[in-house]
Amino acid sequence: MSNHDVAKTLDLKGLPCPMPVVKMSQEIGSVSVGQIIEVLTTDPGSISDFPAWAKSTGNEVLETVQGDPIKIYVKRLK
Amino acid sequence: MSADVETQLAELRAKVDAMPAGKENKLAMIVLSGDLDKLLAAMIIATGAAAMGMKVVQFFTFWGTAALRDPKKKVGGKDFMSKMFGWMLPKGRNKTKLSQMHMAGMGTSMLKGLMKKKNAPSLDQLFEIAEMTGVEIKVCEMSMGLMGFKREELIDYPNMDFCGVATFLAEAQESSIQMIIS
Repeated sequence: MSNHDVAKTLDLKGLPCPMPVVKMSQEIGSVSVGQIIEVLTTDPGSISDFPAWAKSTGNEVLETVQGDPIKIYVKRLK
Repeated sequence: MSADVETQLAELRAKVDAMPAGKENKLAMIVLSGDLDKLLAAMIIATGAAAMGMKVVQFFTFWGTAALRDPKKKVGGKDFMSKMFGWMLPKGRNKTKLSQMHMAGMGTSMLKGLMKKKNAPSLDQLFEIAEMTGVEIKVCEMSMGLMGFKREELIDYPNMDFCGVATFLAEAQESSIQMIIS
């Protein structure tokens, strides 16, 4: 579980909608294509929002790990 | 048989070529309301869409235009009706009220307190994000005239322009999403 080669961790704990995706869109460019960002969030909406964001922006959510905080692994594809 | 398929394919290609260009990955939004709750929704959707990689154009019209006023700016030379409107309508986004449960200001200030406690972005922060993410704001020229607002009393926002209904319709026509916050 969550054995990802993480290039960067993005701590978004305590931030509610729409900040997680706003921050994500600002930070995705800080890693290279193919690299993985680990997102830490306490916003339960992020569980469905990140896959939607990824679909729309052409990136990929590799895994979502429930917990406190929720961990989401996002791979930059373009 | 294969020749048949080929002609069908050619016909199909010709049809596809003749189709109008696809819709842009764009959100065209009308902001009709000047209520705090609805402005929050409008700005959250707009900044969210920008984060999703969409181009976003917001059209502020009617009561929405009051939310774009800058409380620090003063302009003179208004007629009686314009002065009345200016006086009755909220002077900027931070003077807007909830559409429900305002309760003489108690409800609105309670919500603002709650938002702060929960770390929810304020209208000020959302406008900042909108500015940063390239959200375009277009202001209805006719509403400005009706309410007697002058351009000089609106906020400083880099991507702000003034327009009429045709501009909105043209933008909406090529947008994949259109919506109204009223």
